[in-house]
Amino acid sequence: MAEVAIIKTAAEQQLAAGWQEAKGRLPGPALLRATAFERFAATGLPHRRVEEWKYTDLRALMRDAKPLAEAPDGAAKARAKEAGAALSPIEGRRLVLVDGSFVAELSDLAALESGLRVRSLAQALATGDRAVTGLIGTVAPTDDVAVALNTAFMGDGVVIEIAECATLTRPLHLVFVSSGRRPASVFTRSLALIGARARVMLVESHEGPEGCDDQVNTALELAVGDEAHVDHIKLTGAGAGSLHISSLMAAVGARARFNEFLFTTGATVVRNQLFVRFEGEGTVAGIRGATLLQGRQHADTTVVADHVAAACTSRELFKSVLDDESRGVFQGRITVRPNAQRTDAKMATHALLLSEGAEADNKPELEIFADDVQCGHGATAGALDEDLLFYLKARGIPAKEAQSLLIEAFVGEAVEGIEHAGLRDALMEQVAAWLKARG
Amino acid sequence: MLEIKDLHVDVDGRQILNGLDLVVEKGSVHAIMGPNGSGKSTLAHVLAGKEDYVVTGGQILFDGEDILALEPDERAARGLFLAFQYPLEIPGVATFNFLRTAINAQRKKRGEPELPVPDVMRRVREAAAKLGIDQDMLRRGLNVGFSGGEKKRNEILQMALLEPRLCVLDETDSGLDIDALKIVSDGVNRLRSPERSFVVITHYQRLLNYIVPDVVHVLSRGRIARTGGKELALELEAKGYAQYQEEAV
Repeated sequence: MAEVAIIKTAAEQQLAAGWQEAKGRLPGPALLRATAFERFAATGLPHRRVEEWKYTDLRALMRDAKPLAEAPDGAAKARAKEAGAALSPIEGRRLVLVDGSFVAELSDLAALESGLRVRSLAQALATGDRAVTGLIGTVAPTDDVAVALNTAFMGDGVVIEIAECATLTRPLHLVFVSSGRRPASVFTRSLALIGARARVMLVESHEGPEGCDDQVNTALELAVGDEAHVDHIKLTGAGAGSLHISSLMAAVGARARFNEFLFTTGATVVRNQLFVRFEGEGTVAGIRGATLLQGRQHADTTVVADHVAAACTSRELFKSVLDDESRGVFQGRITVRPNAQRTDAKMATHALLLSEGAEADNKPELEIFADDVQCGHGATAGALDEDLLFYLKARGIPAKEAQSLLIEAFVGEAVEGIEHAGLRDALMEQVAAWLKARG
Repeated sequence: MLEIKDLHVDVDGRQILNGLDLVVEKGSVHAIMGPNGSGKSTLAHVLAGKEDYVVTGGQILFDGEDILALEPDERAARGLFLAFQYPLEIPGVATFNFLRTAINAQRKKRGEPELPVPDVMRRVREAAAKLGIDQDMLRRGLNVGFSGGEKKRNEILQMALLEPRLCVLDETDSGLDIDALKIVSDGVNRLRSPERSFVVITHYQRLLNYIVPDVVHVLSRGRIARTGGKELALELEAKGYAQYQEEAV
């Protein structure tokens, strides 16, 4: 096969060997997996000459591919009990995945609200549930290579179904924990199907022991029904892997409200990619995020907002605080298809550089095929304002505290977009902790 | 209380203060007047400790101690307050939180216990009411969307709450209409006490009708050119600054 010539780095070879070894025992749709692996094999890992991955060169960043994670043992599960505790004030229904496997006994599956169904993806695949296998890769299709790898290797995940008109008063909290037993590749795939006029807040937190060397590839397909109101918040915290790739593929129906938030403080190399398709008219969406990086951390946020239907409003606001030699990347594309008249799409990204060695890269793209639209983008990168610092210091606030106040205010502008007050507070506490650790 | 000796200051390599001497006694109000470019604002900023003003000579003694090596926050904790000519807007930092942080940062530095939130709230509410600042403004970002007059009132509010011993007012009258000027001046006058001194920097005599000074200085070309009583301000109003700036351009 000509494609094989593309496989050349050690990581690519290990992925290919891993595929050969695992393909026979991975549950579910063999053809879908094989096709997805072929997609990867045709190009190999994305590198800097692949425009979508320009700033996050996986071919260079991935020295190797870790072996697939093993099912968690008792000790791994025991360590996972405290995971996600920082979010306990939101009193979410915990759905826990350890090393990529759904762990029912750690999850809160008691007294599910009417209209809520939760299953393990692995089980659905193993039993050949066509309703699930038939959906994978179809909610908001993409030919992204990382997603293809996820489809090829997906082990487990959560399948969440929420019936029409169901309102979940408790948030669903997907807790992803790496045990750090040994460096592993973790491929999780989840599906969330939200019925029309339903209301839910979906929180994902990813964490692990400090310095965890896992390679995480996690994906969520999210279908938001007409007039539904869905908030999805993803936290990438400490120990979320030496490489953490996350893909959201969302399709949003008509007159819906959709709020996405990415909060990133952890993992060594992070790629958060959002593919959001607006498929019904009159939806209002907020796509926001805050990233706080230190040391040599690298976080890439790549957003593709695809306006297929008319009269949708999307607002993007991303803030990054970059210390030491960290690097923050934002790539945002807004596509307005020919029928998506009266689209109102705006995107803003702001980076605060706390050190000479930090770097912010920004790439906005607008692709507009309709004529009656409002689209815009704005980007800034800079240091803290010395005059503002002086004003605070002149009031008796020491320099470090003055910096922290300004940084909190900077990040707070994005966090304010989260509707849930308890979650907002929890995130601002994490910001404060990050600032405190900065010393 | 404040003693400035032979102060020389450069800004961007240009000498702005050029051997300034000034003594402000405890409990007194000194006005510093002078033409544009004479160094009035530079003096205010140097007192507060702004970094980009380079002191090339002289001393600033506060309670007999040279404060030039101190950071701005350390000077503030010792009781020095600068009311800014152009108060800055800080979105995302709510006015109340800012006040609480500042009050407690200063107390901490002085070794005093922190004030609990309810106490801060009570003090802020009382002080704000006297200045006609409503509660909604306290919840908003610091100075964000405030009018010029509101910003100046907010400066006086901070001054009242931080209880400094030396207040430096940098052109607090600029941009104020007569009503706002009166509110601000009343706020300042309420704070006058035998323990507290004021340095009121202004271009115009008008403010001094409301905040009546004990001593008036004329600043010209980076040094005090003349010192007199409050009648000196009236003389300047009548004759202008011409005699002090013939070489200034």
